[in-house]
Amino acid sequence: MTSDEQAVGRGPGDRAAGRGAGALAEGGPSHFHFIRTHLREYGILVALIAIMAFFQIATDGILLKPVNLTNLILQNSYIVIMAVGMLLVIVSGNIDLSVGSVLGFVGALAAVMIVQWDVNYVVTGIACLAVGALIGAAQGYWIAYWKIPSFIVTLAGMLVFRGLTLWVLAGQSVGPFPHSFQLLSSGFIPDLFAVKGLNVFSLLLGIAASAGLAALALRSRLRAQKGGVVDEPLAFFLAKNGLVAVAILYMTWLLAAFRGLPNVLIIMALLIALYSFVTTRTTTGRRIYALGGNEKAARLSGINTERLTFLTFANMGMLAALAGLVFAARLNTATPKAGITFELDVIAAVFIGGASMSGGVGTVVGAVAGAFIMGVMNNGMSILGIGIDYQQVIKGLVLLAAVIFDVYNKNKA
Amino acid sequence: MTHILEMRDITKTFPGVVALDNVNLQVRQGEIHALAGENGAGKSTLMKILSGVYPYGDYQGDIVYEGEVKKFRGIADSEAEGIVIIHQELALVPELSIAENIFLGNEIARFGVIDWHATNELAADHLKWVGLKESPRTKVQDLGLGKQQLVEIAKALSKEVKLLILDEPTSSLNEQDSAALLKLLAEFRERGISSILISHKLNEISQVADSITVLRDGTTVSTLDCAAASISEDDIIRDMVGRSLSDRFPPRHPKIGELLLEVEHWSVRHPQHLDRRVVKDASFTVRRGEVVGLAGLMGAGRTELAMSLFGRSYGADIAGEVRIRGKAVDVSTVERAIAAGLCYATEDRKSYGLVLDDIVKHNLTLANLEGVANGPVIDHAREIRVAEDYRRRLNIKTSSIAQKTLNLSGGNQQKVVLGKWLFADPEVLILDEPTRGIDVGAKYEIYSIITDLAAAGKGILVISSEMPELLGICDRIYVMNAGRLVGELPAAEASQEKIMSMIIRTAEK
Repeated sequence: MTSDEQAVGRGPGDRAAGRGAGALAEGGPSHFHFIRTHLREYGILVALIAIMAFFQIATDGILLKPVNLTNLILQNSYIVIMAVGMLLVIVSGNIDLSVGSVLGFVGALAAVMIVQWDVNYVVTGIACLAVGALIGAAQGYWIAYWKIPSFIVTLAGMLVFRGLTLWVLAGQSVGPFPHSFQLLSSGFIPDLFAVKGLNVFSLLLGIAASAGLAALALRSRLRAQKGGVVDEPLAFFLAKNGLVAVAILYMTWLLAAFRGLPNVLIIMALLIALYSFVTTRTTTGRRIYALGGNEKAARLSGINTERLTFLTFANMGMLAALAGLVFAARLNTATPKAGITFELDVIAAVFIGGASMSGGVGTVVGAVAGAFIMGVMNNGMSILGIGIDYQQVIKGLVLLAAVIFDVYNKNKA
Repeated sequence: MTHILEMRDITKTFPGVVALDNVNLQVRQGEIHALAGENGAGKSTLMKILSGVYPYGDYQGDIVYEGEVKKFRGIADSEAEGIVIIHQELALVPELSIAENIFLGNEIARFGVIDWHATNELAADHLKWVGLKESPRTKVQDLGLGKQQLVEIAKALSKEVKLLILDEPTSSLNEQDSAALLKLLAEFRERGISSILISHKLNEISQVADSITVLRDGTTVSTLDCAAASISEDDIIRDMVGRSLSDRFPPRHPKIGELLLEVEHWSVRHPQHLDRRVVKDASFTVRRGEVVGLAGLMGAGRTELAMSLFGRSYGADIAGEVRIRGKAVDVSTVERAIAAGLCYATEDRKSYGLVLDDIVKHNLTLANLEGVANGPVIDHAREIRVAEDYRRRLNIKTSSIAQKTLNLSGGNQQKVVLGKWLFADPEVLILDEPTRGIDVGAKYEIYSIITDLAAAGKGILVISSEMPELLGICDRIYVMNAGRLVGELPAAEASQEKIMSMIIRTAEK
């Protein structure tokens, strides 16, 4: 006899039977049960909003001033870009400690190519992304095919690429970059309609984005309803999507009133959309979750777990390279110290965003929200003049609290 | 002679299953008492109660040990009384030395500082007693299995054992080591140490046991005194298997067609110990519409055979040929095996079968995501339809297909595993212990699914340690022992006695 027998069906009985038709109306699944099982998904968004509200009040409205908001996005863009890749790595049950060093190395490579060798910045950009992917692939090869723990391989990578950064730069800072390259990070999308004090094109893009998201959400709900599996009560559905739409509109309004949408925000939005799609809608995404959830079961289901692990690392390397380009463009110089401890911020963001250390759990949106929670706290505490000492302590405690909350939740459920 | 141990009217239930029903066991002072029974008869459960793994209050009945009723709350309690259990899977730390293992958790130390001199000296004494000529400083990983078994026994001696319980101690030992071990038990008897021996090898039992208790389906069938009467192996076998096969199985009307699966000269070596051949030159066939059984004891190599066939998921140095519908097929990876029409549902659904933290729907489609996708993009509506369809067809009891499989009962988890493989649409499906750990009602449902699959023209290979199950659902049965297919019987001619004696005859060779 095993503990098998002890697992009895829990949950809200056989409610599913009467669902289906008219589930868009109220009174389907129990709200309480739904909140309990989906606490984390909403929790992260609620936490982000609460933290923003807190600092908005504490800083007398400085946090959401257009100029500061723009800054906030630029400051965190490279963390967000890497968090998206790190999410896949962590969901697959691994970790990548090398991303900070890879970011530094690629920034250095870009600087040397553009500034010292006069290579065209587009060519440089493409070459750097390829180098990043190659670095990720090289690490992924040992992890996937030789079963060397990712912690070890990427710890080695962290040291190696930190060293190579120093070597490439010969210990010096290299810069400045030509203006056209800087636009990657400090540029804004052009305004097609010359209205003074308001970037109308940016605003339109924001409206289009929120409308598009709402339409997608509605479509998937209607489809799920046709299949008879609607878990989310209507009130939650409306509240969540309404909140997202309002937030996007409000943010674009603020940004449009300053200089418009930053180029890097567009890049981030595209990445978030792409990787959300990959994780939730594609066979590859589903297989990554299965791999992290139970590697043995995934392999016995015909999934090529080695190749999948390899690809998540190659992808991570490429995104770290992209973040390296963005970071170098933002600083307008490549320094040997670029990217030190960034890997920790990225990993923290993913865990705050609800991913599980043991793999199989986590969302792209959660990781991005986690990155912004860290970012808003950094920014807000700096405005308030809180010293770097306390800032570190507070960030550490927030990370711990988020993970304790996860574990508590899981044990209770 | 007085009794060192009496277990009186022990009853233990798991949700939905009565594992032990008023079981009685009496062990006399200084005897070797054998406990016999089929897999799942309740032997291990009974021993877990005795050793405190299932604590007092978790069962009904009394444990009377040395004349007193005992209430063990954990292994530490029973060990303090001199009851030591040695499990089939040895509990040694390979990286530590023999002496370190012997005194693990029981170190000879003052204020936390280990006295290595005394440790090694005392360990050497114990090793001499069990007849193991090794330095106490040798690492356990450098020992063979037989010697590791002796280290376990030396460890028991260090705990001043009065009642030693051995669970299948010789299952992984060769003849010589087995004989040495049995001799050791007899020596212990001379010194007044009582033992309980759980074994499938009836020749060993009749060789050393003073008395035998036979369990079947969680009840005590008989207690045989070897001194009073001569007990034959046939007597024991009859007691072990003697239950009636009533309508526990759905009716079958087999329509057996052409050859589907042919495996020839299949050999597999152990992935770590390359000198051990776990499957030896096995050849078998499965026909369309046929349910073929693979009988054998634990460790016979059945799972290893199946997993090595399924994308080389087990073993090394795999040799042999596989044909499906007469054509040689490549089954060297799981992906290719599935593509060739061969699927395998594991015996260990929690570790190998399911992503427990994921929902029913995702588990059902995992082996055939292409079936619900357009290119790389999953069609969620189609996936829901498929999942709902299998939920209905297999009668998977869950609040919704969005429920985590973790929260399902064993039987329903098993149905999810079956559903996953049905959706992958194989020609031949290997089911490894498909009803392990699930209750009687759910078993019937699983049998019905198997019967329906065969009727739909699939070929099914069922691995099971429950012989009545194989007799109830199969058309033909292969018997496997020690890595070899040692017999083949049409179900109509098969009986548990015949299968058991095939195994035992080859085991004694």
